[in-house]
Amino acid sequence: MTIGLGHYLSVAAILFTLGILGIFINRKNVIVILMSIELILLAVNVNLVAFSSFLGDIVGQVYALVVLTVAAAEAAIGLAILVAFFRNRGSIAVEDINLMKG
Amino acid sequence: MYEAIVVLPLLGAVIAGAIALVGARNRFPGASPPPPDDDHAAPPVPEHQHGAPEPHAAHAAFSDTHAEHSETHEPSAAGSLPAELIACTFLVIACVLSWIAFFDVGFARHDARVPIFSFISFGDLHSEWALRIDPLTAVMLVVVTTISSLVHIYSIGYMAEDPYKPRFFSYLSFFTFAMLMLVTADNLVQLFFGWEGVGLASYLLIGFWYHKPEANAAAIKAFIVNRVGDFGFSLGIFAVFYLAGAVDLDTVFAQAPALAGKNFHFLSWDVNALTAVCLLLFMGAMGKSAQFLLHTWLPDAMEGPTPVSALIHAATMVTAGVFMVARLSPLFSLSPTASGFVIFIGATTAMFAATVGLVQNDIKRIVAYSTCSQLGYMFVAMGVGAYSVGMFHLFTHAFFKALLFLGSGSVILAMHHEQDIRQMGGLWRKIPYTYAVMLVGTLALTGFPLTAGYFSKDAIIEAAAAGTNPMASYGFIMTVGAAALTSFYSWRLMFKTFHGAPQDPHHAEAARECPKVMLIPLVLLAIGSIVAGYPFLALFTGHGASVFFGDSLRLTSYNAVLEDLEHLPLLTSLAPTVMMICGFLVAWQFYIRRPDIPAALARDLNVLYKFLLNKWYFDEIYDFLFVRPAMWLGRLFWKGGDGFVIDGFGPDGVSARVLDVTRNVIRLQTGYLYHYAFAMLIGVAALVTWFMFAGAH
Repeated sequence: MTIGLGHYLSVAAILFTLGILGIFINRKNVIVILMSIELILLAVNVNLVAFSSFLGDIVGQVYALVVLTVAAAEAAIGLAILVAFFRNRGSIAVEDINLMKG
Repeated sequence: MYEAIVVLPLLGAVIAGAIALVGARNRFPGASPPPPDDDHAAPPVPEHQHGAPEPHAAHAAFSDTHAEHSETHEPSAAGSLPAELIACTFLVIACVLSWIAFFDVGFARHDARVPIFSFISFGDLHSEWALRIDPLTAVMLVVVTTISSLVHIYSIGYMAEDPYKPRFFSYLSFFTFAMLMLVTADNLVQLFFGWEGVGLASYLLIGFWYHKPEANAAAIKAFIVNRVGDFGFSLGIFAVFYLAGAVDLDTVFAQAPALAGKNFHFLSWDVNALTAVCLLLFMGAMGKSAQFLLHTWLPDAMEGPTPVSALIHAATMVTAGVFMVARLSPLFSLSPTASGFVIFIGATTAMFAATVGLVQNDIKRIVAYSTCSQLGYMFVAMGVGAYSVGMFHLFTHAFFKALLFLGSGSVILAMHHEQDIRQMGGLWRKIPYTYAVMLVGTLALTGFPLTAGYFSKDAIIEAAAAGTNPMASYGFIMTVGAAALTSFYSWRLMFKTFHGAPQDPHHAEAARECPKVMLIPLVLLAIGSIVAGYPFLALFTGHGASVFFGDSLRLTSYNAVLEDLEHLPLLTSLAPTVMMICGFLVAWQFYIRRPDIPAALARDLNVLYKFLLNKWYFDEIYDFLFVRPAMWLGRLFWKGGDGFVIDGFGPDGVSARVLDVTRNVIRLQTGYLYHYAFAMLIGVAALVTWFMFAGAH
């Protein structure tokens, strides 16, 4: 069987869905949310690279590098916020964060 | 002059009322009044008036009169003295003018009609404020202003310890004004205004000591029972307007003969028009004059101060019904059925009230039932067509009944506010002047020869004997029987109060005669109880009545029997006097010679005694028949209708539903970020689905 564009796009879609699910089927850990965000970004990257490869346009790969940079920066900031949060709250369990409850 | 007679009491009321209001504001500036049982020292009177208007210079001068009063009760309201003096002065002037008017109108025949201003002019309904001055009015003016001015003067003494005098005098003068409007009314609307005004004044005065719950209840009872009568009265006025096309008396009287045979079609019945009208109007008189069935308010009205009982519930307000029937004599004389009903009710009341008065123990209640009974006499006279004779009894009765009430007030004050005659006794030595005037009043009431009451009462009984109405003989029997009972209970009151051994030696020792300001009106009334009889006999009875009253009373039935009246059998003429002597002798036996008999009789005839003591159980019957259903209905409308339906589906319901919705919406706001993210995801999915199936544009 030839692995075609569709397969890559499916993989990317599955990764994207897993990332989304990871955000709200998770009550224990804020790090899992950050990881899920990385997964989503990865899925987008895979999509970009797949399209670039199959359409022969280099722009996809260039843009994937941009996304990668942004993801790295954002993960760093996210972890920094998480550390600061933990120092103040003493817990990173998601189910404890309901200050906005009305 | 006539305007002055009517307006002076109003002016007095307004001034006294203003004094009362200013005094009240100064005593309680912006705060709620203190509870009534406080044993507080005199509240500080502010030095300056907080910018409140200061209409009377005398006010400041009397603001420190409180220092002279004892510290155990509230001091007199500031400005009491000017209020009293102004009110009394105006009333005395009005009284003098009324007597002048009496001689002017009665003898010089200067009838007048004084229009004041136009009130209603709407289609066919024209009602003017106008004063109708004819001999009937003149008689009533004299009665009202004389008794009112004497009661005002008496109240200066009786209410001396009361802290709310300006309000009292304001209400008394307002009542006098309303009564004067009633008697000078030229049309039925104006008469109704005065009618309602005296009802209002009665409510205010009975409930004068409004901190007492019994006084409030009695005031409400008086007003409501009156209202029932007024319902009939209003319907009568409406019927008159419907039949005659006008409400002013001249037009109605002119049209009355034409309406005599006509029938009135109402809901598939055909009733005689004038009979219906007279019966409805008489219903108002039944309420106002406390006749049988609508009498329940009068004994309870004794909760008011004694001067109120003397003025309103003896001499003036309760006689408004009698006056109204006299004023409308052209209508009543054309309806034998209605007149028969009037006799029936009057006679029944006379007997009923006398039986209840036999066993009452409160001195004021005895006199109240006596009033009720005597009003029955007046209506008997009205019913047989002897309107002038009924007015004669109204005239004399005002004097001796007011005397008896004011005398009772003097006794009550002497016994330090004790009203139960079982606690009195042996007072004639301690308060001899009061005893003397009460004796005169009792003699007049029972019809002792040569007193005023003798002439008027005997005239009524003779008129009933000679009357041609089918009910006249019933009236005769009842009035003669009631005469015996009247004599008995009046002498019972005298003996138990003034004779015998003091039942309460402590209070009896401390009893002192009342001050002169109270004695002088009593003496004047006592003189009136004697001289209001014989000199006026020729004006009110016999041939002279038509001459004196002229057109103001329709005396055709009376004139028809004048011959018979001269030739009545001796027994008939002497019957009232014989009854009076019998009553006196029985009372003498029961209360002087053998005081053990009444107690033994009460024990042996216990059921009858209880029946009379409880006023024939009328209050209980009315409570069961009317009060409880009305309260049930009211509660149903209040809790069920207003509370459940209107509030439930209206404001309360809407707000509760809003809260329900909110409570459910709040559950969406959990505070968990992942829930919000999930919601966003759902939203995106929905959007994509919609675009997929609706076709993106």
